[in-house]
Amino acid sequence: MKQLLAKRFLQLIAVSWGVGTLTFLLMRALPGDMAYRIAASRYGMDAVDSRAAELVRAELGLDGSAWSAYWQWFVDLLSWNLGNSLVSGQPVAQELFHMLGHSLLLAVVGILLAALIAIPLGLASAYYGGWLDRTLLALSTALRAVPVFVIGLLAIILFALELSLLPVAGFGTLAHLVLPALTLALSLAAVSNRVVHTEARRVFNAPFFEFARTKGLRPWFAFRHHGMRNIAVPVVAFFGIQLITVVEGVVMIESLFSWPGIGHGLAHAIFARDIPVIQGAALMMGMLFVVLNTLVDVVCHYLDPRGGKLA
Amino acid sequence: MSLQLNTTQKIGAALLLALVAYALGAPLFKDGDSISQNLSAIMSAPGGQFWFGTDHFGRDMWLRLADALRLSLMMAALCVLTAATIGVTAGVLAATQGGWVDRLLDGVVTILLALPGLVLVLIFAAIVPGSFWMLYVAISLIQWIEYFRVSRAITQRMITSPAVQSSRLMGFGGWYLFKRHYWPAIAPQLLTLAAFGAANAILMMASLGFVYVGIQPPLAELGLMIVEHFPYYSDAPWLLVLPLSVLALMVLSCHLLGRRTQDQGEAA
Repeated sequence: MKQLLAKRFLQLIAVSWGVGTLTFLLMRALPGDMAYRIAASRYGMDAVDSRAAELVRAELGLDGSAWSAYWQWFVDLLSWNLGNSLVSGQPVAQELFHMLGHSLLLAVVGILLAALIAIPLGLASAYYGGWLDRTLLALSTALRAVPVFVIGLLAIILFALELSLLPVAGFGTLAHLVLPALTLALSLAAVSNRVVHTEARRVFNAPFFEFARTKGLRPWFAFRHHGMRNIAVPVVAFFGIQLITVVEGVVMIESLFSWPGIGHGLAHAIFARDIPVIQGAALMMGMLFVVLNTLVDVVCHYLDPRGGKLA
Repeated sequence: MSLQLNTTQKIGAALLLALVAYALGAPLFKDGDSISQNLSAIMSAPGGQFWFGTDHFGRDMWLRLADALRLSLMMAALCVLTAATIGVTAGVLAATQGGWVDRLLDGVVTILLALPGLVLVLIFAAIVPGSFWMLYVAISLIQWIEYFRVSRAITQRMITSPAVQSSRLMGFGGWYLFKRHYWPAIAPQLLTLAAFGAANAILMMASLGFVYVGIQPPLAELGLMIVEHFPYYSDAPWLLVLPLSVLALMVLSCHLLGRRTQDQGEAA
């Protein structure tokens, strides 16, 4: 366990440095003059002239060498100072934490909703089989074949435009959360309900489970004591793989629904060439990703303490 | 390498072939091009002169859709080829050389894996907005990892096998070992990896088009078409339905093609 955590910690450091350096290099390689772009996003496209660009250049020290900028960035990173946004002038760390809260809210609600959809459906289709199983297989295959933004678009058309039940996009009330979270949940559940199904089938057909049933345990009791944990381990491990889907889904869904989270912020920062925000967002996503993967490892370890293949 | 496809895979292959045939053949049946606008015939319904109707600028959807399809298929094919070549080479090298080669590649993979693929592609796309080649580099950069890990694991397992040991004792070189032992073990896995990789490349390009950092107008790209046509969905539903269904069919065909047996495919 300790070894695992130490390894993950090293990975975290390597990742922060690697991701940070990569984004730094890539951003330096952007074509065009940064000063003009930043001035344009600050004052509007029409108000930009060379004087405004020069002011921005002097203010932000954009004419320094790449090495000094890299060194400066690195020192700042060590002290968790991600700099100020070039557009809004706000500290990046503060902006990111603000956005992170919204993203996490969306992700957590989406994941819970996905679990509520996937687990009962997966178990039921494994238990009853037949037409339920075939319908779910077809539905899952269809949902997997469309990108997550298409699920979102269809949800908007159906619930917001045709039925007028929910707001199209935006943020504020609980109603605004429903469609984005549902979209994320559907894209997650499309795959995970099949994983639950496969694992449940494996356990239901296993000798130990059949023995539990033949010795007279009621189905629910046998399931709780012999089935649940055995099904849970691979499902939780699979969730670690699905984390990528969660993060990518969050980026797309936030852009689609104008949800003020980190993915939305990243997309906007890329347009505006707001380098500190891009770096900060990419960095934070990378670190969050490692932390969540560690959590998945820990949960798997707790569910199945026999050890086996950790990390 | 003999290909034995099950029924599901055959359906996928047929679907993919049909899409390729449409992408390549569509312009042969129709004059004109996909970017010239005809403002007196905007959003005309399918049928008559325009088989798939026209979009909000009066451009022929039959041709635009074929263009977009060709772009997506080309991206998928290029990414799969590049990623597979680099990944298998690096994987076999890492397993056979060991030492610092292995550690270096492992480090690179660890760092790349820590960032969700889409974020990496977004950053790359930001460098040269609208560049097909930048997207290609970015997507390949993510996808080679999968091939690397699979071929490295397989090769590592093979190295200690009696067959490889005796081949080495007889003094056969690295290339022979690869051709005779490693490649036949790796090759059967490649179809699955390639099919899912192709689907991912297509989805990724469409996603970028959708958030407007991918291919830029007036080029036809599926994600871009979807977001451009969305405002007209109630007046001209086919404008939204066509690119959506083509995108879904393309990804579906890849998924079906990659599904080896019913159970393995689901867990993947």
